[in-house]
Amino acid sequence: MERRKFLMQTGAATALLSTTPSFNLFAETRSTKKITILHTNDVHSHIEPFPVEDPSFSNQGGVARRLTLIQNIRNENPHTLLLDAGDIFQGTPYFNFYGGELEFKLMSMMGYDAATIGNHDFDNGVGGLAAQMPNAKFKLLSANYDFTNTIMEGLTKPYDIFIKDGIKIGVFGLGIQLDGLVTESLSKETKYLNPLEIAQDTTRVLKEEHKCDLIISLSHLGYDYKYDKISDRKLASQTKNIDLIIGGHTHTFLPKPEILKNIEGKDVLVNQVGWAGVNLGRIDFEFDMDGKKSNSATLIRV
Amino acid sequence: MNRIYTLILIGFLFVTCKPSQANLKAVQGKQIAVTDSLESNQMVIDYIAPYKKRIDDEMNAVLAYAPQSLSKSDGPYNTAIGNMMADTVLEYGDPVFFKKTGKHIDGVVLNHGGIRSVLRAGDVTMGSAYEIMPFENSIVVVEITSGDVRAMFEYLKTGKAHPISNMQLILNSENELASATLNGKAIEDGKTYFIATNDYLQQGGDGMVFFTNPKSTTILDYKMRSILIDHFTKQDTIAPIRDNRFIKE
Repeated sequence: MERRKFLMQTGAATALLSTTPSFNLFAETRSTKKITILHTNDVHSHIEPFPVEDPSFSNQGGVARRLTLIQNIRNENPHTLLLDAGDIFQGTPYFNFYGGELEFKLMSMMGYDAATIGNHDFDNGVGGLAAQMPNAKFKLLSANYDFTNTIMEGLTKPYDIFIKDGIKIGVFGLGIQLDGLVTESLSKETKYLNPLEIAQDTTRVLKEEHKCDLIISLSHLGYDYKYDKISDRKLASQTKNIDLIIGGHTHTFLPKPEILKNIEGKDVLVNQVGWAGVNLGRIDFEFDMDGKKSNSATLIRV
Repeated sequence: MNRIYTLILIGFLFVTCKPSQANLKAVQGKQIAVTDSLESNQMVIDYIAPYKKRIDDEMNAVLAYAPQSLSKSDGPYNTAIGNMMADTVLEYGDPVFFKKTGKHIDGVVLNHGGIRSVLRAGDVTMGSAYEIMPFENSIVVVEITSGDVRAMFEYLKTGKAHPISNMQLILNSENELASATLNGKAIEDGKTYFIATNDYLQQGGDGMVFFTNPKSTTILDYKMRSILIDHFTKQDTIAPIRDNRFIKE
């Protein structure tokens, strides 16, 4: 059983690292590998920065700046995965005028690896989403929307596996309940399947069959609800094998990723970075490659 | 022949690929603000330019002037921007409905969440209408029973300043309805009423189930955003007010 230790404050972690040489886990050695996960959610067609006169997000965001930031990070660590947790569409005239064409083309240009489907990605119907798929060079992942008998059938995958520097990363998508959010005239015959059951099945496949080193849930379920509705926090605590949940839908600005315990008492990170592309989330995973299970704790610095 | 070599190669890979021996050692997380301290990527700017020009030409057209910013968070029970939206649905939607059916709209219910942006003080442009109402929702008029109207009032009383028009709700200190009138009158059993809403809510969006089984439905083919644009075009000054259509005693 792995023992894991959290240091909630970067300050405390830095102090420990500087005083205890043996604790310096970020030193570059041949036996460690670092994977960087970058993520956005609920960008809602915000291609340009907010106007300067915006009362909340004056001059924040913008795809052109986001790409500079992504390129800087890729230069620092080429073993980087770029993900989006859905609601790519709807929110500025770019969507009304061009139906999501520019959103998908720019995500492809930025080198997104995968995205999941948010409720607003149905805003021009399954047909409107399918029409933009030729513009997507990234994978659209959804494990719990069954698109059988719709025009989206065959255009999504439940999960995908990315290999970065030899590390196997399994990513699967989860979408929110469509009832009350997406009208049937838009979702057509799309079926919403229970995200908890699907997550359990999918993570078992990723862990046991594919032997993934890292499992990421790309979720549009929403961070947390006061009432009984599946959320990222519930998903984290009621499943196993998920290392990171990248969330969306609730437009939650988490100042830092939250650490929760899964059903086996292991740690799960949950993160969400607001909306409209005003932030980019960054999670670095460092792996020991010497083959033997380390007795030392996994250090989570958030 | 080539195929056999490929098979042999794949078999060889299966044998030699050892299971991964990566052990997670450390995790670090943070969020990075996307601000003007980051240089804009010129390739993206150039790529966006033709798309942007067509939008800007249309969006920058000034339609009216707003002396004050309006937000859906301006009040707990009714807000100036919400009142404007619901009142314009009545003002602009009723003539269309009357022409189609010979009947009049009794009241309007929209949703608080459907107001997607503030209306900023200053020039009101075509773009302002798109920001407030980016969705393509159309106005529909449903004919519902007195029971459904009462369910609608019960829903509204727990709400968060959903835009309403031509009705008045008064809450007592226990947050129960002390009074609820539609078109100035109490609800009569056995009567049906014509409520204008949007197609999203009519199909049960935001839990407004009392709209999902109406006696009749009339689609006005009039988008909420088009109503706002027509209103901004007709008015020189956009200065709606918060009033007593939904209050707590």
